[in-house]
Amino acid sequence: MARSQDRRPGHSRRAQNGIFTGYVVVILGVVAGLAVLVLSIVRPETFAFARSSAAEVARPMGRAGAEGRAAGQGVFAAIGAYFKAGQQNAELRREVEAARANAVSMQALKDENRRLKALLGIVDPARPPVATAHLIGSSGASTRRFAVIDAGTRHGVIAGQPVRAASGLIGRVTEAGPSTARVLLVTDPDNVVPVRRANDGLAAFVQGASNGRVEIRLINMGVNPVKKGDVFVTSGAGGLYPPGIPVAVATAPTRDGATGHLAADPADHVYVVVEQAFSPQARAEYERLQREGAASAATAP
Amino acid sequence: MILRTLGKAPEDLLRRRINRAPLPALAIGLPWASIMLASMASFSPVIASAPVMPPLAYMLFLTWRLMRPGLLPIWAGLPLGLFDDLYSGQPFGSGIMLWSATMLAMELIDERFLWRGFGQDWLAASGLIAAYLLLCSAFAALATGYPLPLVIVPQVLVSIALYPVMTRVVSLLDRIRLLPLKRL
Repeated sequence: MARSQDRRPGHSRRAQNGIFTGYVVVILGVVAGLAVLVLSIVRPETFAFARSSAAEVARPMGRAGAEGRAAGQGVFAAIGAYFKAGQQNAELRREVEAARANAVSMQALKDENRRLKALLGIVDPARPPVATAHLIGSSGASTRRFAVIDAGTRHGVIAGQPVRAASGLIGRVTEAGPSTARVLLVTDPDNVVPVRRANDGLAAFVQGASNGRVEIRLINMGVNPVKKGDVFVTSGAGGLYPPGIPVAVATAPTRDGATGHLAADPADHVYVVVEQAFSPQARAEYERLQREGAASAATAP
Repeated sequence: MILRTLGKAPEDLLRRRINRAPLPALAIGLPWASIMLASMASFSPVIASAPVMPPLAYMLFLTWRLMRPGLLPIWAGLPLGLFDDLYSGQPFGSGIMLWSATMLAMELIDERFLWRGFGQDWLAASGLIAAYLLLCSAFAALATGYPLPLVIVPQVLVSIALYPVMTRVVSLLDRIRLLPLKRL
C-alpha cells in the first residue's frame, strides 16, 4: 500500500517541525546504535544489568514454556525422524557399537581408578551442586549461542560456574542476575572447553561452530587418530570445568581433529545443574581476568 | 476457533457499529505490543542450539512498516530495536542501529517506488531481511573475535519464505486493531 502524502504537510509549521524531528531522531538512532555497539563489543559486560533485568521480567513466561517443552520437542522430533529414519538408524547403530566399546573400557578404567584411590586413601571431596534450574530461554535467532536459566545470585549462582545436564556439559554461566542467569552454551564459538578422549586421554579442545555442532581440535598435530564415535570428556585443565563430564561425540574426522555433536543437546533438557567451578584458584583467576579485561577495556579507548 | 471468528465480516463480529470507534490504545499500541512480544519469543519452549529461528520481531516490524506505512513513526526503530537487544543475545546496540537504518531504508524505498505490488514488497522485505541477518552475524562475529562459519543461509531462506505468512498475521492484527470497541 502506498503511504499517504503526510510528508508534505503544507504550511503547518508544527507538522513540518514534527517531520524534521523524526528524521533527526532516526539518524541519531543509527549513530547512537553504532556507538553502543562498539562499546558493547569492546566491553561485553557493560549492558549486563539491562539484559539480566529484562530476563527477570520474562522469567515467568520462560518457566511456563519450559513445562510445555517436552510435548513440543516430541512433535518436532517425530517430524524430523520421519524424514531421515534410515540414515539415522544406521548412524545410531554405529554410535551404539562405539559407545558400547567405550563403556567397557570406561568400566575397566573406573574399577582400576577405584582400586588405586582406595590404595592411596584419597577421598573424593564431595562437590554439592550450586543449584538446579530450568532452561527457560535461548538466543534462537542470533548467531551467538546463549541460554537463560531460572536460578541466579539468590541461589548462589555466579559467573564462571559450569552448567551440566545429566548426559553432559551444557555451558558456563557468564552473567548472573538475582534470579536468572545467562549461560554461554558449548556451541558458541567463544566457548573453548579443554577435553580428552574418554578411552585413552588424548588431549584436545572443543570449540562451538554456532550451527549446533562443535569442532574438536587436537593439541598434538600429526596423524589424526580420531575415529567416528569417539567420546570426549572434560579434562579439567584450566580448572573451570570438573573433569569427566561428557562434552562431544566425534562424527566426521577432519584433517586436524573432527566435527562432533554434543553429548547433551540443550534442547533435550528441561533441568540443568549448576556446579561449582572446579578449583578455587581457577575461579579467582577467572574473576581476576574479568576485572582486568574490564579495566584494560576502560583505559584502552 | 478464534481465527475463524476473526475471519468473519466485521458486521458479524460486532453487532453495534453505529456510534462506535476503535479504541485509541489498541489502534496505536497494538503494532508496538505485537513487535515487543515477538522480541520476547526467545523465551519460548524451543531451546535452539543453532540459529534456526527466523528473526520474528524484526520481520513483524518490517511487515507492519510495509503494510501500514505511517503507522509506526520513523523513529520507532530506536525504542523497538533497544527492546529487541535485551532479549536477542546479539551484542547490545546492533538492534538499535539496524532497526533505525531499516526505517531510513524504507523511506528511500518509498521515495523511489511509491506504488508497489505484493511481489515488490516481498522483494524489498527479502533484501532487507537478508542484509539484517548478514549484518547481525557479522556483529556477533566481531563480538566473539572469531570468524564465524556461514550458518545463516537456511535462516535467511526460511525468513524470506515466511514473509507472506507474516503479512497474513499483520492483517489479522490490523483487523483486531480497528475493531470498533469504543462508545462515542
